[in-house]
Amino acid sequence: MTTSLTLVRRIRARPAIVFEALTTADGVAAWWGPDDLPVVLAETDPQVGGAFRVRFRTRDGLEHEVRGEYLEIVPPRRIAMTWRWVFGGEPEEAGRVSRVECDLAPIAGGTELTFTHADLRNEASLASHTQGWTGSMAKLVVRLGRLDGAASQPSEILG
Amino acid sequence: MVNYQHRDLDRVFAALGDPTRRAILARLEEAESLSITALAAPFPIKLPAVMKHLDVLSDAGLISRAKQGRTVAVRLSPDPLREARDWLSRYERFWSPALDRLAAYAEAQEAQTQEAQAGADEA
Repeated sequence: MTTSLTLVRRIRARPAIVFEALTTADGVAAWWGPDDLPVVLAETDPQVGGAFRVRFRTRDGLEHEVRGEYLEIVPPRRIAMTWRWVFGGEPEEAGRVSRVECDLAPIAGGTELTFTHADLRNEASLASHTQGWTGSMAKLVVRLGRLDGAASQPSEILG
Repeated sequence: MVNYQHRDLDRVFAALGDPTRRAILARLEEAESLSITALAAPFPIKLPAVMKHLDVLSDAGLISRAKQGRTVAVRLSPDPLREARDWLSRYERFWSPALDRLAAYAEAQEAQTQEAQAGADEA
């Protein structure tokens, strides 16, 4: 049983520049984390098998660290990596390895980034129930949003 | 709102991991309440199979069943779905502002590159 979250952003920058922002230590340090506090540490080795490590602080003063390994590096189109909270983060995800995937598509005036955090709450015992689930999460979020009367988050449109 | 335990949330996600069960929920979302026969009608599976799916949905707290005379009325219970969405939205709250900053950073880099190019062209 896995769950995934997909977000789409349209960015006024060419794919090579977005790819760099996603894979270089300077790039990652510039945007990482849930709020705009500075990143404590960022290390990237963007090649298959290379390590990824980022440590950041949240407003509650806690430090969080994520480590991962690059599974796919296809400049400037695709990045796939594992994701593991070393400390902090979501307590229920502790020790679980999830996966982050970024797909970059060139569009007029920039890049469409499809960002997916997959294999959340991975439960091997329920693996047989996953049929039909993968890829449907975005639809489900919309459906749930409708149920709740709340709008789903619209993606940014090139201005 | 009832705060569901992780095990309950696992049950909700497991119940949602089946296309027939999602279709059942979608039908219940549109109709306030349906009898089991009416609910089963569009599906190419036998009534006992539908009943099994309803058991899974019921165990996850996603539907409620009430006897109305000789029929059973099935209704959607939205709270567990909200709970599942809230859980996912924690990750969305993590990533969404980060991706907004990523976009702003990349756009600034793009502008810089274009300026540098324009400067080089002039020179």
